[in-house]
Amino acid sequence: MELSGLFSYFVFFLSMVSVYAVLVLGLNIQWGYNGQLNIGVAAFFAVGAYTTAIVTGPASDNYLGGFGLPFLVGLILAMVVAGLLALLVGLITVNLRSDYLAIATIGIAEIVRLVLKNEGWLTNGVRGISSIPGPFDGLSGITEGMAYLVTLLVFVAGVYWICERLFRSPWARVLRAIRANEDAVRAAGKNVLLFRLEAFVLGSMFMGLGGALYAHFVGFVSPGAFDPMFATFVVWVMLIAGGSGNNRGALLGALVIWAVWTLSSSMIDALADIGLLPDQLATQASALRIFLIGLLLEIILLTRREGLLPERPPKAIDRAD
Amino acid sequence: MIDFLQIVIYGIVLGSIIALGAIGVSLIFGILRFAHFAHGDLMTLGAYFALAGVAGMSLPMFAAFGLALGATALVAVGIDRALYSRLQQVSPIILLISSVGVALMLRSLIQMIWGPDNEIYQSGISMPWTFAGLRIQPTQVMIVGGAAGLMLLLHLFLQHTRFGKAMRAMSDNPDLARLSGINTQRVVILTWIIAGVLAAAAGIFLGMDTRLHPIMGWKLLLPVFAAAIFGGIGKPYGAVAGALVIGLAQEMSTLILPAAYKPAVAFALMVIILVWRPTGIFGGKVL
Amino acid sequence: MTLLKAEELYGGYGGGDILNGVSLRVDAGEVVVIVGPNGAGKSTAMKALFGLVNVRSGRVTFRDEEITRLSPDRIVGRGVCYVPQEANVFPSLTVLENLEMGAFIRRDDYSAQIERVFELFPPLKEKRSQAAGTLSGGQRQMVAIGRALMLDPKVLLLDEPTAGLSPKFIDLIFERIQEINATGVSILMVEQNARHALSLADRGYVLVLGANRYEDTGPNLLANREVAEMFLGG
Ligand SMILES: Nc1ncnc2c1ncn2[C@@H]1O[C@H](COP(=O)(O)OP(=O)(O)OP(=O)(O)O)[C@@H](O)[C@H]1O
Ligand SMILES: [Mg+2]
Repeated sequence: MELSGLFSYFVFFLSMVSVYAVLVLGLNIQWGYNGQLNIGVAAFFAVGAYTTAIVTGPASDNYLGGFGLPFLVGLILAMVVAGLLALLVGLITVNLRSDYLAIATIGIAEIVRLVLKNEGWLTNGVRGISSIPGPFDGLSGITEGMAYLVTLLVFVAGVYWICERLFRSPWARVLRAIRANEDAVRAAGKNVLLFRLEAFVLGSMFMGLGGALYAHFVGFVSPGAFDPMFATFVVWVMLIAGGSGNNRGALLGALVIWAVWTLSSSMIDALADIGLLPDQLATQASALRIFLIGLLLEIILLTRREGLLPERPPKAIDRAD
Repeated sequence: MIDFLQIVIYGIVLGSIIALGAIGVSLIFGILRFAHFAHGDLMTLGAYFALAGVAGMSLPMFAAFGLALGATALVAVGIDRALYSRLQQVSPIILLISSVGVALMLRSLIQMIWGPDNEIYQSGISMPWTFAGLRIQPTQVMIVGGAAGLMLLLHLFLQHTRFGKAMRAMSDNPDLARLSGINTQRVVILTWIIAGVLAAAAGIFLGMDTRLHPIMGWKLLLPVFAAAIFGGIGKPYGAVAGALVIGLAQEMSTLILPAAYKPAVAFALMVIILVWRPTGIFGGKVL
Repeated sequence: MTLLKAEELYGGYGGGDILNGVSLRVDAGEVVVIVGPNGAGKSTAMKALFGLVNVRSGRVTFRDEEITRLSPDRIVGRGVCYVPQEANVFPSLTVLENLEMGAFIRRDDYSAQIERVFELFPPLKEKRSQAAGTLSGGQRQMVAIGRALMLDPKVLLLDEPTAGLSPKFIDLIFERIQEINATGVSILMVEQNARHALSLADRGYVLVLGANRYEDTGPNLLANREVAEMFLGG
């Protein structure tokens, strides 16, 4: 590969890591801080992506569109819609054990997928929505890519900063306390349900943001563009590998797992080239990669459950109540 | 009217398949206290094992099916020994996450071995029987009859055998089961064997009813959970009733909704139950 | 002869120690009663005898063989059976099935033992096919004790067998416990109805903060002014 090719690949790689980082940070608020099992990450991601695609995308006779709203408004609306969806799911499941949330979220993910596929007037069905404008469409090739990468990094930094601030706040301390012993927190007079709902909605809003950033990055969304189960799963593996409850772990997890994912592809190709991989496996390379990521998750769960950067709850500080 | 009855038949067939999965999910929850997310893919595996028997080894149908039930049970026990039993002490939530990983691994394994395309057990179309205008496929009779037979066997096992009763006891009160001297690890293994057999049967029946595909079981997971919750989690008998309700509701929804939204019906029913009565219609456990 | 013996047990549930050097002993044929304030660690001591608590130091022996870290199903096999304070029946199983679960490790014919339990607690015979969860508190306690008797234990551990029962049932349960004891089963029980329990006891222990405070014969403890004032409600 030429140097410029390598460089643009590197830009692409970091951009994807950034998108995932936002998703993982969102999941960390739900799972890491509060122990909520959201198995429908992809639903909030997709809703965010489609929202911004519809409100900023070009007009079409086939589906809703042509509002021509600016990039930032698209992102905000993506967060709002994802948040509203989360509110709905949260209200149903918030007072039940986390298994129900897990089941309800796969249900939501499935329904979102069905709607995206079948409500053509809204989403253009399986054809998806293309020509989603990016903020730097005027720039050329690699410059545009770099400018967007910088934008992504700014968003990652912003979300990270918010998450860190929250992490040290009394709010997150209550969330962690709920995770450890819900009854004790309730006995202390806190509204456990409200705290949970807030964490779930906020985390999902970040996932919506991740989806929107992705949509403007690739310029195209369709129901087939991401396998919902895989998208959700890979975000989970990133968080658990990086370190649940630790925001820096979330970032590291996104980087490491995406690198593993990317490398595994090249390795499978290389192995197939030198004939070390049975043909059948080589043709099913993506399935093999998913299998390996699954295996990686199980190994982490068995041997290093706290992840690369374990959670370190901040020392009790400054606050007296 | 005939149309309606025809849909009822489809609903009962689908309900029977869902029931076999939901019983397993319910039993596993009762004994191990976690929602088993790999259950759908365990069904898929069973279906493909049977395909390997029929197409790969050219076994007669019934031999292949029997082999598939056994092999799937073996895999289920193997997964439990390798993963779940080691994570059991940690927390049920970690078990759930692990089972999501297992789901993806099973699915991709199936795709690697058998490819991503649709498969069928037998080519050629069998002639449906007609009764007073109702069309019934021989396979549909086999599915409902097979499912009913398996459920009857399970019922006899749970009510009348030492280990069956121990399973119910452990589902009731695991600590008391332990200090009564019940070998709880044996009960766990037995639970996986039963869940594996039933899941494989569900997968095979689903494959007979429609086609085999690597995500066929995953797609059924939501109705399966919905049925288990509907019937009251941890209550295998409730799961059967829940499954029939879900199966019928899904098929009947096609009268008013596009067929694509069938899974949404299961979800909607589940949400109604969760809001209205989280212990299910027969008062099972709350997760 | 000493059957069950705990020496200097320290331990708890993973956090700090709940037991701070408890020692207990049950001799053949005895009724031994443990009393003490709420949260003293009485139930924890019972569970420690039964291998359900992390014992950090100290040891439990049964007939001079160490059983400190054996799993409950092994301990049951040796003839020590335990009725916990709470959740001590299988609610969705019938009365008969509850008894059968008590006999789970028996591979011989135990129908005679079931008849003996029914003789001891006649109401259970009538309700044999009824789910245990639907019974009254007193009847549930009968099921719980009956379940623990199914292995014909040498020592029966009872954690507050009369808690929450009406006076009529309390007397009945105590009577039955004496009958069980008369058949040669040693009894170790925790009781809140301390006076009543101590009056039937051969020996008693007063437990405070996870350690022995007093230890004497039942009548002596009842006669002890300090014990009476502080632990038996004056
Ligand atoms: N499963 C458990 N996990 C953690 N701590 C426990 C557990 N069970 C009891 N404890 C704690 O151990 C201490 C002793 O409890 P224990 O139940 O042994 O007291 P007790 O003397 O039986 O009281 P009571 O008369 O109320 O039954 C208490 O502080 C209690 O909070
Ligand atoms: Mg107690």
